[in-house]
Amino acid sequence: MKRRDILLIGGILLVALVLFLFLQLGKQPGAEVIIRVDGQEQGRYSLSADGSYSLNSGTNLLRIENGKAYMEEANCPDHYCMRQGQISRTGETITCLPNKLTVTVSGGENFAEIVG
Amino acid sequence: MKVSKITSLGLFVALAMILSFIEHQIPPLVSVPGIKLGLPNVAIVFVLYGIGEKEAVAVSLVRLLLVSMLFGSMMSLMYGAAGAVLSLTVMILLKKSGKFSYVTVSVTGGVCHNIGQIAVACFVTKTSELLYYLPVLLISGTVAGVLIGLLAGIVIKRMEKQKKQ
Repeated sequence: MKRRDILLIGGILLVALVLFLFLQLGKQPGAEVIIRVDGQEQGRYSLSADGSYSLNSGTNLLRIENGKAYMEEANCPDHYCMRQGQISRTGETITCLPNKLTVTVSGGENFAEIVG
Repeated sequence: MKVSKITSLGLFVALAMILSFIEHQIPPLVSVPGIKLGLPNVAIVFVLYGIGEKEAVAVSLVRLLLVSMLFGSMMSLMYGAAGAVLSLTVMILLKKSGKFSYVTVSVTGGVCHNIGQIAVACFVTKTSELLYYLPVLLISGTVAGVLIGLLAGIVIKRMEKQKKQ
């Protein structure tokens, strides 16, 4: 290991840290979740009301409880989405790649994000 | 191409495939998609340093195609291809520059693999929020890259000893 190596690896870790802090600071408590399939918005559910929602004609079952959303059931083979835990802050996302489905927390009032 | 070279490249493809298979059997530690050790990369880094760049590209792509056909899907082929192409390109460039150790080359390989995969994931789901995974993946890619690089280094040294005997 030379000086250069340490600099390069350190650089990668520094970028990761800066990116992490940057993304964390931008997070606020969210108001609703946006469901997207293949990039197309399929629906929005408020985080303030508890309930279970069937997504994407039944491939995934989303549960909202105490202001937090999590994936209760999924028909995909890996079940990554169910292991991704609960989301409640803006930008936090549950991803189900096999079904091309994402659940993203949104602030609810941010117009740019609704358009984007 | 000499027969001995074809044979050894075939062996490395088989080895990389076995390593992929073993890696598939390890349950994921955390829920972020994409965090993994990258065991097949031991074989790739070894071929890169022990045989050559073109050969490493060939072994990597053949492994990817065969593994996707055996255990994966069209999707896993796309993710894998993006990761493999980006990681091979950067590893070869860094290796050719001659300024970095193989551990660093392996680290950048691991990190670039993750970057390639997340780029495809963003593209497939058309969701830029997946970038939230990037910091975690950069760190896990670095750790995995160091481990894989050290492992490949040990293997390279032992193989050199074998050759001398």
